[in-house]
Formats: sequence, C-alpha cells, structure tokens
Amino acid sequence: MAMEKVYKRTIGVKPNAVSGFCPGCMHGTIHKLIGEVVEELGMLDKLVRCEGVGCCGLGQLYVSHDLNISAHGRACAVATGLKRANPESLVYTYQGDGDLASIGLGETVSAANRGENFTVIFVNNGIYGMTGGQMAPTTLIGMKASTAPKGRDPKEHGYPIHMCEVLSQLTAPYYLERTSCNTPANVRKTKAAIKKAFQNQIDGKGFSMVEIVTTCPTNWGMNELKALDFLEEKMLAEYPLGVYRDKSKEE
Amino acid sequence: MARVFMKGCEAIAEAATRAGCRFFAGYPITPQNEIPEYFARRLPEVDGVFVQGESEVASVNMLYGAVQTGTRSMSSSSSTGISLYSEGISYCASARLPIVYVNVGRGGPGIGAIKPAQQDYKQATKASGNGGFEMIVLSPSTVQEAVDMTYEAFDLAERDMNPVLILTDGVIGTMMEPVELPPMKTPEEIAAMKEARRPVSAVGHSPEEQVRILPGGVGSSFEPVNIAAAELYKSWVDKDVRVEEYMVDDAEIILTAYGISARIAKVAIKELRAEGIKAGLIRPIALHPFPYKSYGNLNFDQVKGILDVEMSIPAQMVWDVEHAVQGRCPIKECLRSGGEIMTKEKVLNAARELAKEVL
Amino acid sequence: MERNLIVAGFGGQGVMMLGTLLAQATCDSTDKHVTYFPSYGAAMRGGTANCYVVISDDEIGAPVMDAVEDLIVFNEPSLHKFLPQLKPGGFLFVNNSIVTSDPGRDDIKVVEVPVTQMAIDMGNPKVLNIIMLGAYVGATEVVPKEVIVETIKNKLGKKKPEFLPMNLEAFEKGYAIGAAAR
Repeated sequence: MAMEKVYKRTIGVKPNAVSGFCPGCMHGTIHKLIGEVVEELGMLDKLVRCEGVGCCGLGQLYVSHDLNISAHGRACAVATGLKRANPESLVYTYQGDGDLASIGLGETVSAANRGENFTVIFVNNGIYGMTGGQMAPTTLIGMKASTAPKGRDPKEHGYPIHMCEVLSQLTAPYYLERTSCNTPANVRKTKAAIKKAFQNQIDGKGFSMVEIVTTCPTNWGMNELKALDFLEEKMLAEYPLGVYRDKSKEE
Repeated sequence: MARVFMKGCEAIAEAATRAGCRFFAGYPITPQNEIPEYFARRLPEVDGVFVQGESEVASVNMLYGAVQTGTRSMSSSSSTGISLYSEGISYCASARLPIVYVNVGRGGPGIGAIKPAQQDYKQATKASGNGGFEMIVLSPSTVQEAVDMTYEAFDLAERDMNPVLILTDGVIGTMMEPVELPPMKTPEEIAAMKEARRPVSAVGHSPEEQVRILPGGVGSSFEPVNIAAAELYKSWVDKDVRVEEYMVDDAEIILTAYGISARIAKVAIKELRAEGIKAGLIRPIALHPFPYKSYGNLNFDQVKGILDVEMSIPAQMVWDVEHAVQGRCPIKECLRSGGEIMTKEKVLNAARELAKEVL
Repeated sequence: MERNLIVAGFGGQGVMMLGTLLAQATCDSTDKHVTYFPSYGAAMRGGTANCYVVISDDEIGAPVMDAVEDLIVFNEPSLHKFLPQLKPGGFLFVNNSIVTSDPGRDDIKVVEVPVTQMAIDMGNPKVLNIIMLGAYVGATEVVPKEVIVETIKNKLGKKKPEFLPMNLEAFEKGYAIGAAAR
C-alpha cells in the first residue's frame, strides 16, 4: 500500500544541514517556516534574504535561497536598494533585536515610514546572543545581561522598546504582527503571519513585519524548559502577541 | 559632436545615466547636491530608481543592495559624508561588488569648510574603510574629464568587480564648462548587462544555483578571498596607472598636482617657461594606482626640485611623491586649504622661489 | 588671449544669470575655452553673490583668480571687496544708481551704468543684469553682440516669452552705453 506523504522537509533549507543553533533556540523553527511558506507560494527561486548580524547571521549556513550579509543594522536599507532595483525578487530581512531595534533603528523606522515593499522577520529574544549576552534595547527591566550585571535599570537604561507599537505610529506600514514559537499553536500562527507578510509583498502592498518573541536559554542562563516558562510569564507580558496593524482589514 | 555647457555635478550625473546607471541613493550634503537633484529628475525618465536615503549610512547600504541585482548603481557625497560611507564601501569591496561613487570634497577634518578643497587624498587612496581593501581612484581636472571618467568607471568597476571612486572637489563640481557627452546606452544594452550578471546576482535562484553575497562570513576561512583581491590590486600597477606628463623631458623643476590644482599648475608652467624656468608637470590622473614610476624614473642629474601643489594642509599626495623620489631631490609644497582655492599667482611665486633655491 | 571677469552684487540682482549668459553664449557660438564659477555668500537670499567667467583661446587653469581684466559691481560692498583685484588697464563696470564711492584709481577704465534706475524706468527692476550685460559686451566686444542676443532668446525667451522683448530692449540700452565707452 502506497504511503501518503503528509510532511516533507522544505527545500528552502539545505537538505543535509544540521542546525548549529543552541538547544531551545527558536531560530531553527523560524527558518523552517520561512522555507515552507515561500515554497508553498512557489517563490523560492525569487527569494532573497538580507541577513542581519548576530545569531541571525548563522542562517547563511542553512538556507538554500539567495542571500547577502547586510552590515549590522542595515538590512532594511540593503533590502530597500535590492527590492527597488529588482522588483521581481521576493525580498526579506532577517534580523535580531540588537540589529533591528538598536544599531538599525533608523534604517528600520525609515524603511517602514517609506512603506518599502519587502518583508521583515524580526526575532526578539531580549538579548544579544552571538556576542555573549549583552543588554539589548528589548531586555526586560531587572533582567541581567553581561553589560548590565545588576540587571536592566530604567534610571540608567530606559525601558524595553516595543517595535510593533513604535512602527504602528507610522502611516505607511501595511502589516505588523507579533507572534511567538513557544507552542505548536503559536508556531502555526507564526507561519500564517509569515505567509501573510510575504503575500502582501507579492501583492505590492508595502512594508510588513512579523516580530517573533523567542527564547535564548544560553544567554538567559536557563535550561530550555525554564526559558519557555520565562518567555510565557515575563516576555509575553512585556511583549503582548497580536496584530498591531493590518491594512487589509481596512480595505 | 555639439558642446553643451554644464555644471560639473550635473555633467557627472548625466554621464552616469548615459553609462547605464539606473540606481542612485544619496543624502543631501554641500557641495554635491546637484548630483542627487539631477538624478531625482533624470532617472525616472529612463526607468531608473532614485532614493533619498535617511542618512549616508543608509544610502551606501542601499547601494550595496541595489548593485547585487546587476543594476549599475552609484552614489555621491562629500568628505564627512564619505566617512559614513566607509562601512558600505568596505562591504562592497569585500563582497566584490562594482559600485561607483563620487566624493566632491570639502576642506578639512570634521564638518570641514563647505568650499572647495582636496583634503581627502589619504582617505581615498589608503583607507576608505576597514580591512585594507583598495580601489581604483580617478580624479578629473576638467568637467570633460569628470564626464569621461564617470562613464568609464562603471566598466572598470565591472571588469574588476570592485568599487571605483571618483575624487573631485567643489570647483570641478560647481563650475560650468563646455563638454561633449558620451552616447546613451540603449535599454537593450542595459538589460543585456544586467542579464549577463544574473548568475552572480542576488535576484533569486534555484537551490543548485544559490547566490550568496558574502562580505566575509562565518564558517570557512576568508583568506582565499583576500588573496584574490590582493592579486587584483597588484594587476593595476601594470595596466591602470594613468598619468599626464607635460614638458617633463627637459624640465629642471617638476610641479606635481592632481585634479583642480593640476590645471592651475599647468597654466603656470607655460608662464614659467616664458620666464626661462624649465618647469614640467606630473599629474596623476588615477590617484590609485599611483604613478610612482613617473617620479622614480626622472633624471635627477637634470631635475633639481619638485613642487607639490595641493589644496590640502597638511599636504597628502606628497607622501606618495616622497615614496617614489626617495630623497633624490628636494620636495617643496605649495598649499591652500579650508576652502581657499589655489591660484596661478601662488603657484608661480612658489615655483620661482624653488627655482631660485635649487637651480 | 585670456580674459577674466568677476561679477559681484547682492543675491537677487541677477549676478549669476549675467555670468551664465555670457559663458553659455561663448560655449554655444565659439570654439573658445570658457569657465563659469559661482560663489555664494553665507546666505543664498539677500547675501552677497559673485561669479567668475574666464574666456580664453588656450586651456584655462584656475576658474578663480587673484587678478582680473574686468569687474562688474552691482553694490557698494562688492566694489570695495574686488576692486584691488582689478588689473591696471582693466574695465570696471559700476551700477552707479546705488554705488556712490569714487573707485579712486586712475589706472582703470570706469564705465558707469545706472542699471537699478534704468530698470525701474523700464518698468521691471529685474532686468538690471541684462542692461549690465549689454554694457559689458558693448564695451569689451569679448563675444559678438549677435551671439549674446541669440543666447538670451534661447535661455530667457523659452521660459517666459512675454519678457523677451523687454530683455532684448534692456540689452540694447546697456550695449549703447558700453559701446560709447570703448
């Protein structure tokens, strides 16, 4: 009896690559979702990734579609040039919170404000991963980091920045949603959000961003399960999931 | 061909358009605003893209993105803005991307004087960013040369898959002169150029043909890439040195200058000759690779002194001249800076003084 | 043969337009070398403005120089600033409607043209620069009169054809004053 194939690995990720991301990190899941979504849209051969710097940059080892390494923070500027010069490409940036919300804040806000027609995948784990646990603009109050050894203190460091809320103050962005990958249900929601963000680009709608709240067990100094609890209790309290802008609902 | 009367900045932008440049990103800064303003009008007429970036940093990174698609792409800025370009230029050099950019220089470090100067020689030729990369650097003396160099710069950049810099100043940028413009590339030619680069462009490919634009990277060693780049830089010494030698054969003193200063020195030489001073000119047209041999091969039994003429204080090109001359004759400097423009009278006086000392 | 000119005045007096028209005409109708170099004061509106025009049979060196053959001044500060740069034997064109100082040099030729008043009398204060251009060409014959008239038609006539007759009349009035001063 012929077996029905109900699941196959996406060809958007290299067939023999084994993820080198830390255990409990959600980057691997998100890469898989991007591959699946764009494969389903039949656009893998048009896909170009502008890759941020940090743990995001490890993606270059795993994805099978065209990519560039963008300078730290500049992915939204690079994507602007790339998409404008070649509108047929399906362009996305893949950036962490240090990249998108700290060094690249200007590029992110400006690209969103121009309504650039590309897709932003923003992975927010509240800390710098690759460089070893330094404080990010998204680090929670009281959360310890290697550059804030006593924990984030609002008097000295200010408060966590909420990118979906910040960008929702602009007129141009078409779609802004915050999701997570902490449960199977949320993984499915994230996949749907990523698909919508790419479909918007295909339809020429303009700037779409999916912010995905994730864990960093290594730099949070917790095991994988504790990190999931921390995400649920603390991160999602600071960064509520939901849709912050969806112009398709207004149309 | 008919002469048209054009401002340097606008002539540069028109020449780039005719060369097939179809993407420009930049940020306002004096004295080069006429370049982005011209492109903002011109590129939409030819299905090109103009973007005013939110900063120089963003603009140069937009350029990095656009050029990856095989589109001829260019930017321009001035001195302090060019410093902010360092990141993107270094990325383009590392990933071997053929951008063209123009520095219409200002006078001095920091924000500098907005009036004309040649204060960015070392930055342009020695270290336009981190990592020790090199670029061909061209410097025009006339608006016509600015046109011809811009037109050719795209070919040079694509030949080498490496950035090319045109270093000029606020005199060439803002003055008007008659020029003959080069022919306009047809849409078919431009499409063919883009198509030819498709196998190495980040425009989307099947997994088997994946294109990865890596200005460095994680994983494997980057040494082979650096070795290949170093070989490219060495190859320029034989084929890309460009220099004008004027009345050098019987010269007893040599004036040396580039860009705007060189045309002033050249006119001074005619007057010096009329006074009986045998003067000649060495003008580097490409500042990198530098024409060391033009100085090194001088007959120092005959040449008794060199006058380095620059609109920079301290002098900068003189560093390269000294490297070539190796102490075989005295080198004096004739300098202006901070927005003060070199004049023939100043060059004449400095040359007469040198002649009196060494002849 | 090389001839250098400085034109100087307030922003808004048409200093740059005078310089460009002269240089453009030279480019269009001769095979001479020509450069035009603008220099603005700190503020573009109401500040000082000056430009340099060089016309030569040979390659031109500096488009800016310390010593010039010809100087046109539209206001008092420009006279004081640039007069020392005028070579002996040179031409000074003065807008004596508002410049009242005596240049105090007997080694130069002075052509007084009350362009501000003449322009007001013609009913359009803006044409003062065209009157002065006429005077300059009339006195120096640096380029043939017809060449400038052609350029005025091309550059000014196309944008605002309704002002062309007045501009041509302004040029003629200035030219007559210049020619008389030869």
